Amino acid sequence: MAETPRHPIESGVPDAFQYMHPVFLNNYGAWSYHERLRPGVLMHVAKSGDKVWTVRFGTQRQLGPYEINLLCDIADEFGEGYVHFTIRSNMEIMVTDEAKVEPLIKAIEDAGYPVGGTGPSVTMISHTQGWLHCDIPGTDASGVVKALMDELYEEYTNETMPNRVHITTSCCQINCGGQGDIAINVQHTKPPKINHDLVANACERPSVVARCPVAAIRPAMVNGKPSLEVDEKKCICCGACFPPCPPMQINDSEFTKLAIWIGGKHSNARSKPMFHKLVAAGIPNNAPRWPEVAEIVKNILAVYKKDAQDWERIGDWVERIGWPRFFELTELPFTKFHIDNWRGARNSLNASAHIRF
Amino acid sequence: MSATDKPKNPEKHCTYLPSEKKSSKPFHNTPNLDELEKGPWPSFVTGLKRLAMQDKFGNMMVDLLGQLEHSYKTRLGYWKGGTVSVFGYGGGIIPRFTELMGTDGKPMFPESKEFHTIRVQPPAGNHYSTKMLRQLSDSWDKHGSGLIAFHGQTGNIMFIGTTTQNVQTFFDEINEYGWDLGGAGPCVRTGMSCIGAARCEQSNCDEQKIHRLLVNNFMDDMHRPALPYKFKFKVSGCPNDCMNSIQRSDFAVIGTWRDDMKVDQAEVKKYVADKGRKYIVDNVVSRCPTKALSLNDDDTLAVDNRNCVRCMHCINVMTKALSPGDDKGVTILLGGKRTLKIGDTMGTVLVPFMKLESDDDYEALKELAETIIDFWAENALEHERTGETIERIGLVNFLEGIGIEPDPNMISSARQSSYVRMDDWDAEAEKWKARKAG
Repeated sequence: MAETPRHPIESGVPDAFQYMHPVFLNNYGAWSYHERLRPGVLMHVAKSGDKVWTVRFGTQRQLGPYEINLLCDIADEFGEGYVHFTIRSNMEIMVTDEAKVEPLIKAIEDAGYPVGGTGPSVTMISHTQGWLHCDIPGTDASGVVKALMDELYEEYTNETMPNRVHITTSCCQINCGGQGDIAINVQHTKPPKINHDLVANACERPSVVARCPVAAIRPAMVNGKPSLEVDEKKCICCGACFPPCPPMQINDSEFTKLAIWIGGKHSNARSKPMFHKLVAAGIPNNAPRWPEVAEIVKNILAVYKKDAQDWERIGDWVERIGWPRFFELTELPFTKFHIDNWRGARNSLNASAHIRF
Repeated sequence: MSATDKPKNPEKHCTYLPSEKKSSKPFHNTPNLDELEKGPWPSFVTGLKRLAMQDKFGNMMVDLLGQLEHSYKTRLGYWKGGTVSVFGYGGGIIPRFTELMGTDGKPMFPESKEFHTIRVQPPAGNHYSTKMLRQLSDSWDKHGSGLIAFHGQTGNIMFIGTTTQNVQTFFDEINEYGWDLGGAGPCVRTGMSCIGAARCEQSNCDEQKIHRLLVNNFMDDMHRPALPYKFKFKVSGCPNDCMNSIQRSDFAVIGTWRDDMKVDQAEVKKYVADKGRKYIVDNVVSRCPTKALSLNDDDTLAVDNRNCVRCMHCINVMTKALSPGDDKGVTILLGGKRTLKIGDTMGTVLVPFMKLESDDDYEALKELAETIIDFWAENALEHERTGETIERIGLVNFLEGIGIEPDPNMISSARQSSYVRMDDWDAEAEKWKARKAG
């Protein structure tokens, strides 16, 4: 007789109280203020008078047992046995004695991990899976991030930007990496190449037709087989048809490019949340180190660092100085592609005589 | 010290590779990936190589490196999806099968031909004891490649790389000690909440409680995907919105307060004495989006609380002097998402303020989420997120569908177009008056 399968326990989100540092537990909801003592180190003071020092550091995000045990050894020996991860995959180790901070920093740095990512720094890049694991990637994720963080290492370990800089990467136009002060996203430049022999068996054709944002796909008989065809004049090369229909290959070793967007911001601080906006495109998908991307990103950061005022995020800064000045200062070309034509686009046009000279 | 400086103890360093390779399959040539072992940031390639040298699953990682190198050469991806799940669930696994076949029609990298990811829900707020982290790592080392990402963009712990057979054994093991699968496909997805009340003085709500209450109420909708498309909950303890909930979730819960913010005038004076008047005028007073701040002649701060929009900027700058008020609660926004299909939408205000103190308050929050998901599931087109449903049918129709009255906090400006039929204006105006009268 076959073994009875085990039924899952639908326990859902684990209760974090069992895994959190006791100082967090004891002062839950009762914190007073915090200070940043140096890049990578936060000190939080509770209403009870309790204090906790947090040391933040960057990792390669994809960790194996060696790294996990190495970092847990550090958290046990130099910390107090607890870790926390930020939304941008930074790791944090907490201590309740100031004397433990310096030895902890040293232990983390001696193991090759950079301490930083707090305050006005360029923190860890949030990213996706790319060629390592995604089924529709136009580029890699971990590799782009590794190459860029090598270039921005000093900006991670120091706090010399006007405000925090969140960079994201996304390996297709779905943009799983999310909004960023600087977002590096795949941008396809040619319509999908359709393998008509496979469409009938692999794709639910009405769903694929419905998925297209510009209604450029229609059912068709090709070589006597039911397939799909794309009106290439209407096609915006977004790749939305590729996930539900893999025979509509959108990725291309030459025509899949990268684009850079700036000024996205999630926080409500000062201005309302903002979406990022296009600044550069047509950038080659140049593995393994994507030097053209790094050059543009570093240029934007250098101009931002020089021209922005304290506390201005990249989006705040561009709102103040205006887009013409942004393109002037960064020397990036302004093209017809920067003028939006999607729904709601007229709201992005300058309907005023406000011009900076 | 960075990854490229000479390590003091090479065996305890991110560049460490064991002297003995226990896996039987020789490494493929990986000149592109090798380039990513250079430079100061810790290298994921070195990590993958370390995994490839281990005994069990080492050969899988040797071939994984081979396929990844091939992607770097051709600049194309080679994974396809499929159907893999655990007994009793329909989602939570991201199946991956190689598409990279040789001329003989067989996989070029056969050892990693199945390389599935298991999405697991993290504890609310992403806290781990080292003991639990090691235990999870040990389990994954036993049943899979050992490679774990903390965390994916939806918030899951991603256990990357195992065979179909091992998916079930791994899940059974960790499920026994308290870990459950996350969402994948058209379902309620894994939620996220910030560190909030555990460490942050700006927290205005019990983020973990809200996160667990909302998500755990929909386990059936998470584990057995049957909704129009994905539905995400995210919880941020204050309007700094560290969880990116307005832009990245269907149901954003953001902690806020409705009484006056707190000002410690002695600390304000100290701050002015320390930083100077120009600094506080340029960086605090003039950065207030609603001009609700002003510096008094005696270096104390005047706050027009009626016009403060709780943006958090001044509190972020003067962490010791300024803090949120006492009458705390949450603002709820609905319908945030990224590009596909109609373009980006931000969440829009649905409930300007909701008190979350009593069990009844929390129950009301849970019921609101249920009502929204029911209405959306009933009325959305296939593959349509909540933000797109609102765009298609209009916010007013959506509000009527879920039984919420219009509120001026829902808009950034009133209607500009006169093309609307308004013959029941008087009745609507009466409703407003009746609501105001309570």
